[in-house]
Amino acid sequence: MAVSFPTPRRLGYHISWTGILAATIVLFWAVIAIIGPWLMPHPPGDIIDFEYFGPMTGELWFGSDYLGRDMFSRILMGARYTVGISLAAVVLACASGVVLGMTAAVTGGWFDTILSRVLDALNSIPSKLFGLVMVAAVGSSIPVLIAVLAVIYLPGAYRFARSLAVNINTMDFVTVARARGERTPYLILKEILPNMTGPVLADVGLRFVFIVLLLSGLSFLGLGVQPPNADWGSLVRENIGGLPFAAPAVTIPSLAIASLTISVNLLIDNLPVKIRDRSE
Amino acid sequence: MNSQIPRLVLGRLGVAAITLLIVSAVVFGATQMLPGDVAEILLGQAATPEAVAGLRQAMHLDQPALVQYASWLWGLAQGDLGTSYANSMPVADLIGGRLLNTLRLGAVTAALAVPLALTLGITSAMYRGTLYDRIVSTCIIGVISVPEFMIATLAVLIFAVWLKWLPALSFGNDVQSIGEMLRIFAMPVITLLCVICAQMIRMTRAAMISVLDSPYVEMALLKGASRPRMVLRHALPNAVGPIVNAVALSLSYLVGGVIIVETVFNYPGIARLMVDSVATRDLPLIQSCAMIFCIGYLVLITLADVIAILSNPRLRK
Repeated sequence: MAVSFPTPRRLGYHISWTGILAATIVLFWAVIAIIGPWLMPHPPGDIIDFEYFGPMTGELWFGSDYLGRDMFSRILMGARYTVGISLAAVVLACASGVVLGMTAAVTGGWFDTILSRVLDALNSIPSKLFGLVMVAAVGSSIPVLIAVLAVIYLPGAYRFARSLAVNINTMDFVTVARARGERTPYLILKEILPNMTGPVLADVGLRFVFIVLLLSGLSFLGLGVQPPNADWGSLVRENIGGLPFAAPAVTIPSLAIASLTISVNLLIDNLPVKIRDRSE
Repeated sequence: MNSQIPRLVLGRLGVAAITLLIVSAVVFGATQMLPGDVAEILLGQAATPEAVAGLRQAMHLDQPALVQYASWLWGLAQGDLGTSYANSMPVADLIGGRLLNTLRLGAVTAALAVPLALTLGITSAMYRGTLYDRIVSTCIIGVISVPEFMIATLAVLIFAVWLKWLPALSFGNDVQSIGEMLRIFAMPVITLLCVICAQMIRMTRAAMISVLDSPYVEMALLKGASRPRMVLRHALPNAVGPIVNAVALSLSYLVGGVIIVETVFNYPGIARLMVDSVATRDLPLIQSCAMIFCIGYLVLITLADVIAILSNPRLRK
């Protein structure tokens, strides 16, 4: 790299319009997940329309579902399950993955070898299949779902964090810290973690998308969130009977999932290079 | 130099074998976590203490988990998949025909996906940055960031509801003629094709671009080679390895896709059997199906790695 002085343009974070639009949609769903239940015009479990798969009207914004329940309220409530469960799972997966990855990179030796080998093996079980087997074994409830999703995506987070940490670990300031006699927890938290927060956050975003997709897939198979509760995947499953008439009860939850996942993907793609790129 | 290849490939196969062992332990361990006693659940109303104890002994449930695991693994290695809890039939009989159906679905999809994806991937790398490339890339981001079942429902909306070419969702299991067969295959294949192609195009395009960016390809352009000649004669031979690797890797997405697609379209394959057996908690059946899927997945991943080793001398160190 040639010597050049940072100009204000390069110091600031630049984000494209696509990125801002995507961020707005993500923020919108996050807010809905929190305050959604107070915005609901009807209780999500109440049957308020005698017609099933009703069209969009002024009274029922998104029509009614297969039992005549208000789809608008059910979407708002579903946001809470889809976003909440996925967020909890991704935080759990990435936090433990990053901590284990950094520890493995710093300590090395047999701890690193065994952990990497076992987690790689876990990684070579197809995610949907793993979800299926676990749900079959333990039964489906929200804590189980969060734990299963976290376990499925832990190896990926571990591998990513470890590859970053291995690079940082070879840098001079880490060697200096080690020569000072600092212990592993200090090395991990004070020397390595601050240097990889950007890429790790981008990785959290991508993993969040995978988890939303898997959760929706499991719910669609009837193995995810169980009735009477419903996330967006379960909403599609419940109302699949309305597909031949293209009822809004099927299309709206699908659009909700797509808008969330595509926005997160676009947001990550358009993040300022400074945050996203690995420090190699 | 060449003497290293067998060693590296064998090493990779060894890793795959160890992985398979760990995977089998996970699958077995997961199904051991079932709350409650299997014998009690099986007997239901008739669960007197004596009957439960008798059944436990008959099913070897009174032995330590490690012994059970070993005997299960031993049976598996000999092709003995156990007996279904739900209807007491040998699991192998239940799976046989259905595995063939699933393989047929996968083969048809792969046969269509590979040429299509390679053409799109290579051409979009060739005309990088043009409108054509942007349209292809946007479609790919769209497809890979939505769940498979959405593509399936979209396919139903387009082909069954709007165009009315194919029936929506209701596929019988009786196949009479070739026309009938095609109608059964059409929708699942279209859906799987979208999922697999998206991954394959993305990886092919990336592999191709990394070769196109190398100095010797630029040299070819500078000395006056036409664009197609530059891509096909100069760049492609070096990109073949990464592309074949990409193809094998994307085919492993079939495993996930097939689970959703068979359920949506009620296709009589092994994935549908497995999803159904989750509802009845038929553990031997779930274990066997899970192992079959894991083996398929592992074979594809290992194949991709071996191809990468064979095609790239730099990986041989």
